[in-house]
Amino acid sequence: MERLTGRALIASRCAKFFKNGDFVNLGIGVPLMCVNYLPEGVDIWLEAEIGTVGSGAVPKWENVDVDVIDAGGQPASIIKGGSVYDHETSFAFIRGGHIDAAVLGTLQVDEEGNIANWTIPGKFVPGMGGAMDLCAGVKKIIVATDHCEKSGKSKILKKCTLPLTGANCVTDIVTEKCYFEVTSNGLLLKELAKDYTVEDVLACTEADVIVPDKIGVME
Amino acid sequence: MLSKVVTKEEALSKIHDGQTIMFGDWHGEFAADEIIDGMIEKGVKDIAAIAVSAGMPDQGVGKLIVEKRIKSLITTHIGLNPVAGEQMLAGELEIEFSPQGTWAERVRCGGAGLGGCLTPTGVGTEMEKGKQKLMINGKEYLLELPLHADIALVKATKADTAGNISFRMNSRATNSTIAYAADFVIVEVEDVVEVGELGPEEIDVPAPIIDMIYVKTGEKKPLCPMWQRAKAKAEAKAKAKAEGGKK
Repeated sequence: MERLTGRALIASRCAKFFKNGDFVNLGIGVPLMCVNYLPEGVDIWLEAEIGTVGSGAVPKWENVDVDVIDAGGQPASIIKGGSVYDHETSFAFIRGGHIDAAVLGTLQVDEEGNIANWTIPGKFVPGMGGAMDLCAGVKKIIVATDHCEKSGKSKILKKCTLPLTGANCVTDIVTEKCYFEVTSNGLLLKELAKDYTVEDVLACTEADVIVPDKIGVME
Repeated sequence: MLSKVVTKEEALSKIHDGQTIMFGDWHGEFAADEIIDGMIEKGVKDIAAIAVSAGMPDQGVGKLIVEKRIKSLITTHIGLNPVAGEQMLAGELEIEFSPQGTWAERVRCGGAGLGGCLTPTGVGTEMEKGKQKLMINGKEYLLELPLHADIALVKATKADTAGNISFRMNSRATNSTIAYAADFVIVEVEDVVEVGELGPEEIDVPAPIIDMIYVKTGEKKPLCPMWQRAKAKAEAKAKAKAEGGKK
């Protein structure tokens, strides 16, 4: 099998968190790529904020249904057994603790499990959409992100400096370089991608990192 | 049974400058587009809007924003309408952000006679500002207040003449939520049928809630502008690839 790197590796690793039958919400971008890397024997119910349970593959243009869309308003499909709901119910799934896991992209994340991904005041103000509800209601919040900004600045911080989307809610952080579990003592380095060493990770992580004796290989 | 089917002019006669209006949609898709176009033509302005997003510049409430007819907006996301962001930063459009699930519950409260809801969403963030925080069974919640409007502008797939409405697939979007939270409810539909043709299980919002039904006259279920652009782009890419392959 072709060895995965970069964002494909992030998506592949995140997909390994899911158990067969899990109810999952995936953010736009890298998180949504997880559906391409589900382990064999694992089928999930993908939730879309528009009110879909069982969101399916993006349809070909000749097959689009104008009444079936995803959270971003793009053409979507609904799998066999899937269903549609109103807005209140869609967020009852999210806030009510019914969703097993959510994968979110981010601008910043920190060693206390805080996440900031909805605004850069004065510059980037798209709004939070459903992200704050996910942070408040989903027990397993997996952050899927590039380790650093384009400028090279670490996105994995001691303390987020941007306005928070959720406080103390992130459970796992997966980057192209490694996988951290967020523990009450800080970030625990669980796995390393093949091309990177502990030193590489420490050099580009602002947060304190707990380095255990045994570190797994991220794939 | 009294028929609630009206002309566009009759529907627009209820819409005035300065009203608070809720718009049902999803990024401007599944919106009451012909009534919105009518509002632009009529010159309606200074609207206090409540909508889940700012739509897109050529879709839904986004069209009214581009025309500068909206003075304030209570919403969850404006990322697909750059004009809304520009107007906000320029101080021309007042925007209040509410997390999406909170927005939905605030509207629901407005339509359900509730004085607000307690949500864990936003605890520990700047959403706490100016809000009461209550501890219930050892967990912190924010008190979020109801939203209510003069007019709800709903889009539905089908109505009967009495005013029962029905939604197909995701087109419900926020439309059923807002229908309960306004003094006067105007619904734009693709099709209208006789009373009795929509069965009890097909009716999503019942006739007593709805005040007017306007049957759109334009193309039924067209691809929205965003999809038209995406499709054209995909076709151009496929064509370029096919031509590249011949060389």
